[in-house]
Amino acid sequence: MRTQDMGTDPMSTTACGDELDEQIDALVRNSGSVDPAEIMDVVESVMATVSGDLSTVNQRLYGEIESLARFIHTAKAEIASMRPDEIKTEHLAAATDELEVIIGQTESATNSIFEAVETIEQLCEKMDAETAEAVTNAVTTVYEACGFQDLTGQRISKVVVALQHIEQKIEGLLEAFGTEFGRHVEAAESGGSEPATRRPGKADRPDEDLMNGPQKPGEGTTQDEIDALFD
Amino acid sequence: MAAVDMNMPILIVDDYKTMLRIIRNLLKQLGFNNVDEATDGAAALAKLRDKEFGLIISDWNMEPMSGLQLLKEVRADNALKELPFIMVTAESKSENVVAAKQAGVSNYIVKPFNAATLKAKLNSVIGAF
Repeated sequence: MRTQDMGTDPMSTTACGDELDEQIDALVRNSGSVDPAEIMDVVESVMATVSGDLSTVNQRLYGEIESLARFIHTAKAEIASMRPDEIKTEHLAAATDELEVIIGQTESATNSIFEAVETIEQLCEKMDAETAEAVTNAVTTVYEACGFQDLTGQRISKVVVALQHIEQKIEGLLEAFGTEFGRHVEAAESGGSEPATRRPGKADRPDEDLMNGPQKPGEGTTQDEIDALFD
Repeated sequence: MAAVDMNMPILIVDDYKTMLRIIRNLLKQLGFNNVDEATDGAAALAKLRDKEFGLIISDWNMEPMSGLQLLKEVRADNALKELPFIMVTAESKSENVVAAKQAGVSNYIVKPFNAATLKAKLNSVIGAF
């Protein structure tokens, strides 16, 4: 019997012990998620059951457990007030969508620049040699500068992956806390928005640990340093 | 050294269409007009096994098959292992360069790059033109 294992007088705890056993068994059956408030109830029951029969050390131990349960209960209330369900289904999803739109719009704008510059480049055939050379040089500079879309796109993609990681963590939090937050999530998703966690992440790749670019200024290897490796 | 065949088929691989277009246009300015494209390593490998190319210019960070994986596949294939392979990537950490070099990359260009750098690397890998 569990209550007897706690060093108490079995004669004084039998009736309450049966009730406590039922509470503990109920918690074990509810293996999906356990409400911290239920844990606190059990701890309080234990304290009530064994009051006056414990050594000082044991009383201090149970006091610590009770305070831990209260801390969990308070933390849960604070997290609930932050509305993690809304953060996941609305704010993070919206931020991710906005960033993906930025990638699309910069790509579209860059393509428009290409169209214009390629037309200018074709007109070089009708220019005198000196003018054509000057225009071609300018066109080349525009091509080089258009690389910004590739680099900003990669940086934004890294932010999207970071947001997806946060979404997954919040998803785990919502699952851990069970039905109370789950109802908010279901209500938000039934509004028609696509759940953010369904977005594809990076596939598992053997060189995943080497894909961290673009590096921040000053962090990477310069072209000259790379060239030195090939000399 | 034999003259460079300016009509050699070149395969450029990048998941960003913008970068494909930049490299294609820069190659065109340098006189290379026979350029084909792929948007990831797996698609590139299929093209390499279907048609003979003289050079690969590939990005690294692509899905599902990265540029490094493509490089390793190319070097492991008897029919392709001698093919010149230039990596053009934003991955600029030294461990990336070392990994690519160990895998047999011919040369390595860090983004953002300019036309002069591309020309210099082409000269280094396929010969002066």
